[in-house]
Amino acid sequence: MSKPHKPITILLADDDPEDRMLAHDALQESRVANRLDMVVDGEDLMDYLHRRGPYASLNGNPLPGLILLDLNMPRKDGREALREIKSDPKLRRIPVVVLTTSRAEEDIFRTYDLGVNSFVTKPVTFEQLVEVIKTVSRYWVEFVELPSS
Amino acid sequence: MKPVPANILLADDDPDDRMLIREALQEGRLAQTLDSVEDGEELLGRLRDHAHQPPRLILLDLNMPRKDGREALREIKSDPKLRRIPVVVLTTSDSEDDIARMYDLGASSFIVKPRKFEHVVEMMRELSRYWFDTVQLPAPAE
Repeated sequence: MSKPHKPITILLADDDPEDRMLAHDALQESRVANRLDMVVDGEDLMDYLHRRGPYASLNGNPLPGLILLDLNMPRKDGREALREIKSDPKLRRIPVVVLTTSRAEEDIFRTYDLGVNSFVTKPVTFEQLVEVIKTVSRYWVEFVELPSS
Repeated sequence: MKPVPANILLADDDPDDRMLIREALQEGRLAQTLDSVEDGEELLGRLRDHAHQPPRLILLDLNMPRKDGREALREIKSDPKLRRIPVVVLTTSDSEDDIARMYDLGASSFIVKPRKFEHVVEMMRELSRYWFDTVQLPAPAE
């Protein structure tokens, strides 16, 4: 049932360097061979997706196949970035999975209303984080069909 | 008293497919409960019927009579009371066009229906692990 690995780029938006490192290690641990790019806040994320500013050289490269999005970030937070992505006809089809420490009903509601594809609460221990990242990446990379970028 | 809510609501016009998915849940010993409707018209009717609690997850076939999955998805995602329920498209189509269009309309994911029963069991296991054991779903609206 699981299909050949899709060679998509996974994009992680998280302001905490330690969390970025942990997610990176967890992806490696779960043997996901996909390229992982990282951005540090919502502004940086939108620059990356629009290939502008520091990311102008990426112009012509395929967009990421999956975005892992933290909610609480400086400059532009995950909610605002999600709203922009899901109202942009060129970006809205990219699946966005919120990956956050929050488990507030309010955040869950609001992000689904804004069109998030799923909402995942980050577990506390590294072992649990590896499990979660493994499940999430396998689901999106091997199991579902993704729009071609 | 409201009927016991089903976690998953399946919209599929093919009775064999509906039965396969129901049997796959049992075979996989999955805790999810399943309810089904036969087309998009019935799906929207069920979702808007206050006698039924809304499901946590919708599995949606694309090609159905009366109202197809595309139109049903468009209506669900433009209804403020329904739009937050995740919709997973489950179809025999693997056309690039359908995939892109359904994500554009707000589908949570897109899955091509497997043919073999054992693969259907595996699919239901994967769906259950992801949506019910890993993801936080929005609480059902009252």
